Amino acid sequence: MNQAIYIRGLRYRYPDGTQALNGIDFHLDARESVALFGANGSGKTTFVLHLNGLLRGEGSIEICGLPLADATLQQIRSKIGVVFQDSDEQLFMPTVLEDVAFGPLNLGLSPADALTRARTVLKRVGMTHALERAPYHLSAGEKKRVAIAGVLAMDPEILVLDEPTTFLDPPTRRDLLALLRSLPQSKVVVTHDANLARALTTRAVFFDRGQISGEGDVMEIIQRFHWEYS
Amino acid sequence: MHHLVIDRWSRGTSPLHQRDPRAKLAALLVFLIALSTTPPAAQAAFATYAVVLILAATLAHLPIRGLAGRAALVLPFSATFALLTWWSGDSLRALALAEKSFLSGMAALLLVGTTPLTAWTAALESWRAPRMLILVIQFVYRYLFVIAEQAQRMRWAALCRGSHQGGFRSAAGLVGVLFARSWLRADGIYRSMLARGFRGRFVPVALAPFQASDAIFVSTCLAGCLVIRILL
Repeated sequence: MNQAIYIRGLRYRYPDGTQALNGIDFHLDARESVALFGANGSGKTTFVLHLNGLLRGEGSIEICGLPLADATLQQIRSKIGVVFQDSDEQLFMPTVLEDVAFGPLNLGLSPADALTRARTVLKRVGMTHALERAPYHLSAGEKKRVAIAGVLAMDPEILVLDEPTTFLDPPTRRDLLALLRSLPQSKVVVTHDANLARALTTRAVFFDRGQISGEGDVMEIIQRFHWEYS
Repeated sequence: MHHLVIDRWSRGTSPLHQRDPRAKLAALLVFLIALSTTPPAAQAAFATYAVVLILAATLAHLPIRGLAGRAALVLPFSATFALLTWWSGDSLRALALAEKSFLSGMAALLLVGTTPLTAWTAALESWRAPRMLILVIQFVYRYLFVIAEQAQRMRWAALCRGSHQGGFRSAAGLVGVLFARSWLRADGIYRSMLARGFRGRFVPVALAPFQASDAIFVSTCLAGCLVIRILL
């Protein structure tokens, strides 16, 4: 089976001396979805920031068969879309349409094609009513949908979702889950929510102090690490 | 927040909004050259410039009072030089200095109030303005939201915990924390821009072809400014 992500011996130390990642080996198969569990500060987000080269540590990273290096950075960023936890950090253009077209324009699409693609993706996430609205005026659920649209517009092969349901009310959360389940991409889902992981993924990886301390079926990992609220 | 209001203004549908951003930029340039070279004694010309700007704002459905209030923000800066000129005995020149800076502010606001940021920066880029200048304008605009939002959240948090107006010491502390938080938020935004392929340049939206009506608009502005500048 093709490997969407293949990582060996990933280590990273922050400038203040904190060893955030300490020898991570990880793989994700094409069309597979995996959940990343772990306590706050266990290294999950630091790990995610390595997947598209926003942070660069020691070790080897391959995304869709491409080794992560300066020369392949732009190509890799088009293959792996990261939806950050805080949508406000992801939405920075004056209108929803322009924000979603930002990625395709950076990929080199013509403005007309980029806007067409942005409209198509916004239709897919159910946000066509907000094309000309300012992103900061949207509700939390709408912002999340636009943030996902911004990433989908780059046509990635892998989606990385960092706490995708944070701040969402139950109906919005349900709608978002249905949307995410309909997306065919491989997924890496960083979450504390066992229900979300069960709904979206089949495999889970447990982070503990910068290392992977468990890996396997989602249910098995949830039970082994007592990873439920009650 | 001022930039929120201007952003809303810029998405109107008036005849002035529909003009090509390059045409409006050219008209602004012509107006500023005419204004800056008008001698202080030509007070009738300054009055006419003001009338032209008021007519343009009315045509664009922009609130005159809101526009004038924001343009007046430049006055404290120019007032220093105007006062110095006045003290040196040239009161007419002092008055002209204040008038020029106010009317320049009005004209620039008229441009940004009728043209979305992406459109007028695309016009600047099409004129080969320095890329760094355009980048700075775009980043300043975006981070204004970041800082304003952070400030508002901190203010609410302080009010919820019984804060009153606060003294200099608490204000200084707030400014420090505001800077640190804004910096972190800005870092997050930049990171998400990189994740979506940002390479140090905002790819401009395509500008529509320059229409004959845009050329007529620029010519009319040029002729109008020349008439005011020479005859009044």
